[in-house]
This record gives sequence, structure tokens and C-alpha cells, in this order.
Amino acid sequence: MVKAGLRGHPLKVTLGLAVLVASLAVVSLGIGQVRLPPLTVIDALFGGGTDAQQIIVGEIRLPRMILALAIGAMLGMSGAALQGLLRNPLASPSLFGAPQSAAFGAVLMISLGLADVRSYALPAAGIAMAFLSVFVLLAIAGRRAGLLLLILSGLAISSLAGAATALVMNLSLNPFAALEIAFWLLGSLEDRSFRHVMLALPFIVAGVAVLMSQRSAFRALSLGEETAQSLGVHVGRLRLLVIAGVALGVGGAVAVSGTIGFVGLVAPHLVRPLIGHDPGRLLVPSALAGAALLLAADIAVRIIPSTTDIKVGVLTSIIGVPFFLYLIVRERRSLGGGVA
Amino acid sequence: MNQEPLLAARGLEVSLSGRVILRDVSLTFSPGHLVALVGPNGAGKTTLLRALSGLVPSTGSIEVGGDQLSTLPLRERAKRLGYLPQGHLVHWPLPAKDVVALGRYPHGATDPARLSARDQEAVLRAMQTTNVLALAERPVTELSGGERSRVALARVLAVEAPIVLADEPMASLDPRYQIDVMVNLRSAADRGVLIVVVTHDLGLAARFADSVVVLSEGRLVAHGKPAEALSEQILADVFRISAYRADYRNEAVILPWAGV
Repeated sequence: MVKAGLRGHPLKVTLGLAVLVASLAVVSLGIGQVRLPPLTVIDALFGGGTDAQQIIVGEIRLPRMILALAIGAMLGMSGAALQGLLRNPLASPSLFGAPQSAAFGAVLMISLGLADVRSYALPAAGIAMAFLSVFVLLAIAGRRAGLLLLILSGLAISSLAGAATALVMNLSLNPFAALEIAFWLLGSLEDRSFRHVMLALPFIVAGVAVLMSQRSAFRALSLGEETAQSLGVHVGRLRLLVIAGVALGVGGAVAVSGTIGFVGLVAPHLVRPLIGHDPGRLLVPSALAGAALLLAADIAVRIIPSTTDIKVGVLTSIIGVPFFLYLIVRERRSLGGGVA
Repeated sequence: MNQEPLLAARGLEVSLSGRVILRDVSLTFSPGHLVALVGPNGAGKTTLLRALSGLVPSTGSIEVGGDQLSTLPLRERAKRLGYLPQGHLVHWPLPAKDVVALGRYPHGATDPARLSARDQEAVLRAMQTTNVLALAERPVTELSGGERSRVALARVLAVEAPIVLADEPMASLDPRYQIDVMVNLRSAADRGVLIVVVTHDLGLAARFADSVVVLSEGRLVAHGKPAEALSEQILADVFRISAYRADYRNEAVILPWAGV
């Protein structure tokens, strides 16, 4: 269990995380083929420095940084919201197949020729598929979903979405398009412009707003659905809103970044030792932790020396999956019980 | 005793996944009463309690303070009916005081860190009554079963609703705390609260309750004073037991003794 001494005042912890996110954001603007020190970055942001510096910071790296921050925050908050809704520390968008399903929606749009990679049809299809996947998952798992049932259904849904994506690529007439999709699926924030920001940000903001509006309901839900309802929480409506919020955010994010997994699973666990388990109070710190994680990962892929680019989605999975295994080991007792 | 009923069910029927759990149950309860709801396993006690609090769909009518329960918004129901389920499950290791503070949720106090003075007083009162003040900062998941059920009782008392529906609040408590819980519920009833408590302990029901409701196989068998509702005949027919019966200081003593 968490030692009380580790905990800080929630507001202080939140402020600390915000400072961390801001610092990482500045570092992110300074990292790349041309390295710029933080002061130069800040100067360039506010119209100082050379023209080249202004273009590098303001037009090349700023959209990338904004996307990393927004997508990371949204994934972190989605993880905290799903964990709160299901009262389950292993819940997260990627384990439920939401990003994979959103990716399938987007890929379908591209290969049917209905949309190019910069149209609003992409986030729309992504949101629709993400909504469908989480909805189906919760419908299968039912009201008293145990860990095992949730994880197995999530595995099935993400496998199905993966298979469907593979089928679309398989049937694709243009092998180069298929290759491009395959790389896009790995998840990356490289070479994103303000056009991409405009594509994703409105949906991410809407998703975050929907989830934030439900934060106190998660708290009542700690006592179980029945008790929460007896305290005045519309549990059915809450479920729909959480699904909608997660789908909006994940669908919007996947449409511009491809699949970036496990940030949503990891972020809430990082902040629980600092501010406790109150699921209502976890949303904002989890969002900040998610933003910090994805900013850091996106900085790391630019620093790690390699012959080809490492995709940030690959990196988050490489770190996230072992963390998932660690959580499984920690939750072994409740997973092992026959009635999950 | 001639008060307006605070809670009234008429022709209540509940079916869950095609199976009829309750048939044609009609009951009226007045404020300031402690009612024990008894019956063998599977009699429908929990379902009746859930139906009365509006947590399972039912046909027939339920009136709360003169209003149809089905027409009341959820928040208003929550203010009028405190519901304490079995098991006292809490999914996260929250401090006990935060769990009790959730009792103020229907009153708009959705954040335990920001309670109004009035909400704080209600939480404090409930925690004093159930003797859990010393546990305030402890994570509920680390408490013993008995401590946890007292925290849960404090949570439902903190609602300060005119009606409390409690499902086996004495389960897993030692004899002293079983008596304490009944004394707590008794004193709440004496302050004017209607308490309906599901229990398997016929002795405590007879000792503390104003009236006893006996359910069997989804039907109402008896509703009356403990000694009448728990008559020899009913104990034999419904519970298939005989009991040692006596009067002690003008209270009914019923001690289940043997199977029949």
C-alpha cells in the first residue's frame, strides 16, 4: 500500500506535474536536427531569434509538441476515467482495443478512397469505431465486469480490429499505400502540421470536457454501481458519457498520430502514489502525467541514435507492455480467482 | 401510530430475467419505526429492499412521503432513501472519512475535500454514532470486516435521509457490535427515521424492532409486532424451526432452537 508520507497536497502535486509538462514541452521544441537551448526556444516562440529559429520552433516543432501534449493528456485522462468507471486498475483505452478500432476506421476510410490523410472523415471514422469498440466491450463485460472478462474481451476486440485492418491492407490494390498505412499504424508525431492539430484538437478537447464533467460520479462509483445509483448517480448515462468521451479523444488522436498505446494504462498508476486513489481527483493529474509521458517519449525517439526513425507508438508499447505485465503480477490474486 | 405512511408499497411485483422474485407485496411503513425484514434465504428480502429504493424495476406502486417513487428524480430519491447494500464493498483504498463523506453526495457535496460545515457535521455525527472516528484516515480496504461494516453504516447514516434501507448490516460483526448497530438504528428510529433492516437474526429482530415483516418465496407472510409476526406457527411454516420463547423486561425473546 501507499505510504502516507509520499503523498503531497493534490494541488501541489498537480502544479508540480504542470511544471514538468511545461519543461518537457520547451525541451521538445529544442530537440531535433538543429538543437536549440531552452532560452532560445522561448525567445523564438515570442518572436525573437533568427527567422530560421522561428520557423523551426513555431512551424515545425510546435504542432508536434502540441499534439504530443494533447494526445498524451487525453490518453492519460481516458485511462483514469475507464479505471474509475470499471473500478479496475487494468482498464485503459489500448487494452480495450479502442485505438486499434479507431485505426481500423481511419484505414478503411483511406483505402476506400473516401478520404485523404488530412480530412475530417478520418477522425469521424476513428471516433465511430472507437465508440463501437468500447460500447461492445462494456456490453459483453456486463455490469459487474471482473478483470479477466474485461481483459479477454479487450484482447478479442483489439485482435478483431487488427485483423480487420490487416484485411483492408491485404486487399489494397496499391502496395505502396499499404506500406504507408503500416508505418502510420505504428504511431508517430513526426512532420505534423497545424492542419493536423486542427484535425485532432477539437475532438480531444471535447472528449476531455465530457470526461471532466463526470469526475465526481467516479468517486461515488467507488462504492459500486448500486450504491452510486442510490446516491443519485445515473450510472447508465455515466457509462455512455465515458464511452463517448474516450471515443472522441481516442478517435481524434488516432486520426493524426496512428496508434499510441499504453500511455492511458500507465499514467494513473504513476500519480496514485502521489495523490491517493480517489478516482475523481485522479483525472487531471493523470492527464498531466500522460502528457509528460508522451512528450518524453517523443523527445526520446529523437535522441535515441538509430539508423531509421523509431516511432513513438513503438516506444510507448515497448515500455507499456512490461508495465502491464507488472500490473498483472500485482493483481495476480484477483485474476487467479475462478470467478473473475 | 396513526401517522401518514412514509413509505408504502402496493401490489409490488418484481421479475428478474423472467423469474418472478416478488409477488403482490403490499406494505406501509410509518416514520420513527424500526422494521425488521426477515425470511429464509431466497425469500426475496434483498430484492424487496432494492425495489423499495428504486434500484430494480418493479410493477405496482411505491410511494415515498406521498410521492410516487418512479416520478422522483434520482437525486431526490437519494435524499429521501439511504440504501446500504450487503457486502460493504469499496473498490479503492479510500480513507474511511472520504467513504463516509460520500453519504453527503445527494446533498451536492461531491468532493470529500470540500465539505460545507453542515456536511462536515453530518459526517462527524455519523462517525461518532458508529464509533469509527479513530479509523478516519485508514484506507477502508485495510480495515477488518467489522470495522468496514461500521464505516458503511456511518456512510448511510451520513445521508440523514428520512428512510434508511439496510441489507444485513450486522453480518460479520461480533455480538457486541451487532447490538451496537441495532442500538444505533433504534436511536435513529427514535429520532423519527424509518429504518427497514434485513436480518437473519430473529433474536435481535424481536428485541429491537417495532415490527417484523416476514417474506417467504416472494410473498408477504406476516407484518406485525415481533411476537405476532414471529409466531410459533410462522417459525414452523416459513423457517422450519422451533424457538425458545419468553418475555424479558417486556421485550420478546425468541431464540431459534431446533429444526422441525
